[in-house]
Amino acid sequence: MDFRVNQNSKLKRFLETLRRDWALYVLLIPIIVFFVMWRYKPMGGVLVAFKKYKVIDGVLGSDFAGFYYIRELMFGSASREFWRALRNTFMLNIYGILFGFPAPIILALLFSEIKNVAYRSVTQTFSYLPKFISEVIITTLIAMLVSNSHGQVGIVAHLLQMIGVIGPDAKLLYEPGYFRAIYIVSDIWVGAGYGSIVYFAAIMGIPPSNYEAARVDGASKFDQIRYITMPGMASTLTIMLILRIGSMLAVGFEKVFLLYNASIYETADVLETFIYRLGMGETAVNPSIATAAGLFNSLVAMVLVLGANYISRKISETSLF
Amino acid sequence: MKRLDKSELIFTVIAHILVGVFAIMAIYPFIYTVSASISGRIAFERGEVFLLPKEITFGAYQYIFNDKTFWITYTNTLFYTFYGTLYSMFIAITGAYALSKKRLMFRRQLNFLLVFTMWFSAGMIPTYINYVEMGVNNRWGIVVAFGVQAFNVILLRNYFESIPSEIEEAATMDGASEFNILKTIYIPMSKASIATVTLFSGLGRWNGFFWSRILLNDTNDVPLQVYLRTKFEMLEQISDEIGGLALNYSIEAIIYGMLVCSIIPIIIIYPYLQKYFVKGVNVGGVKG
Repeated sequence: MDFRVNQNSKLKRFLETLRRDWALYVLLIPIIVFFVMWRYKPMGGVLVAFKKYKVIDGVLGSDFAGFYYIRELMFGSASREFWRALRNTFMLNIYGILFGFPAPIILALLFSEIKNVAYRSVTQTFSYLPKFISEVIITTLIAMLVSNSHGQVGIVAHLLQMIGVIGPDAKLLYEPGYFRAIYIVSDIWVGAGYGSIVYFAAIMGIPPSNYEAARVDGASKFDQIRYITMPGMASTLTIMLILRIGSMLAVGFEKVFLLYNASIYETADVLETFIYRLGMGETAVNPSIATAAGLFNSLVAMVLVLGANYISRKISETSLF
Repeated sequence: MKRLDKSELIFTVIAHILVGVFAIMAIYPFIYTVSASISGRIAFERGEVFLLPKEITFGAYQYIFNDKTFWITYTNTLFYTFYGTLYSMFIAITGAYALSKKRLMFRRQLNFLLVFTMWFSAGMIPTYINYVEMGVNNRWGIVVAFGVQAFNVILLRNYFESIPSEIEEAATMDGASEFNILKTIYIPMSKASIATVTLFSGLGRWNGFFWSRILLNDTNDVPLQVYLRTKFEMLEQISDEIGGLALNYSIEAIIYGMLVCSIIPIIIIYPYLQKYFVKGVNVGGVKG
């Protein structure tokens, strides 16, 4: 009896808030519809990884195949390319952390040394620009600048030939040995300026009096960087590094997709391009194995991101989510 | 004392030089693009163009401006950017407003479902299957299916939360409706945040490529980025088509010219972009 009364009053309260705040719930409709239709509905599609997917039968109508496609992916017909793609994804990120990660930090340090505001804002403005340009334009530029075909030598390839880094016949985008360097160097070109903003803000937050004091004590410029600047931006740096490691499986898919070709799959084929070719490409379409690979990618990425976020929250008050 | 000054002086000089070198490297490809697009064929093919244009000719631009498909795809991109951004902002603002309210039932759960999409995605193939099933193969499909990023909603929601509730309470006392409060109080008060998110969305739409390329059936619907890519892939065919050797500009100049046309709008809004993006980066570090 009591229970029913309770239920009723709860329902009453519910209806009352609904009547009072109905407009709030109306405002919520568009975002709910969007996320259900375009973010959550596709999640049901991961079932394809466990089904013998046929377009006519749809996701729900196709027959179950258990873990057959997962096995095919990891140990069977697709395994060679899968592990290669995983390795390449991993390697691009390792190089990204080794070379790409320090670049904006160094740049921010340099920017902070420029006391002439006009010079600093001009150089900063220039350095952010590539970040806003589309992947299609960036990759077209890369391809044209390093090209070396039918007598046309791109300006960058030309310069590299002149200083003897590459031979006269080297076709940079068609030899596996160059892809990672091209990817990382162009990433630094595109992202280092923009990436420096957050470190620059951290350095600017260090009280100038700290430097004054160090100077009086006879600290050289390098001592000042070592003992004041670096500790001053340590928390920003730690968080950024953790988050960077957390996105270990993230690769600029469009960039690789637009730059790579069959002759450099050995180093250039990453998980998402592999998934694309297997699931949607022109040849050898197998959506089930591709979905299995995608599920693997999403799950590992989620564990990494959540792990990174957890650690960063432990270390400091800041976290992304 | 003297030794000190020296280490600082050397460092400052080096910093000025390196920063300058990086800035030049950052924009050099764009300057080169402009120069290459207006250089004569012979100078270009001899590799004489490094910084400034040689044997200036605007032939490539004549070719581009006479290209009907170029205009169609350019207009398409404007269409996607305008309606896409409008649509994204409508959803993001209304959603962020509702989710920022403490009195919203299931607020925590709904916010979790929003954030969850940042951690886990269905993956490319299920997403593709969904687009195909939902019939995303035309202009409006592309507008409707894309654009609202959880991150942007969170950014706006956080800002709305920071607006003191007393302001809203006072307006409610005066009999203002929820819609009016959003329109006349929240939106004007969050102009900077809304501008940031609008620029994020607009840029994403302007630069969008992959899904448009995959999903659109009719080549008359494709955006400029897709056309640029197609044109680049056909570089050698174009050469045969227009009799490359008879021209006073190089085939590459056509591509470079198209890149210039596609970058110009970005350069025009760049001062705003820079102003708000710098802010956006710093807001992004704040927890949700």
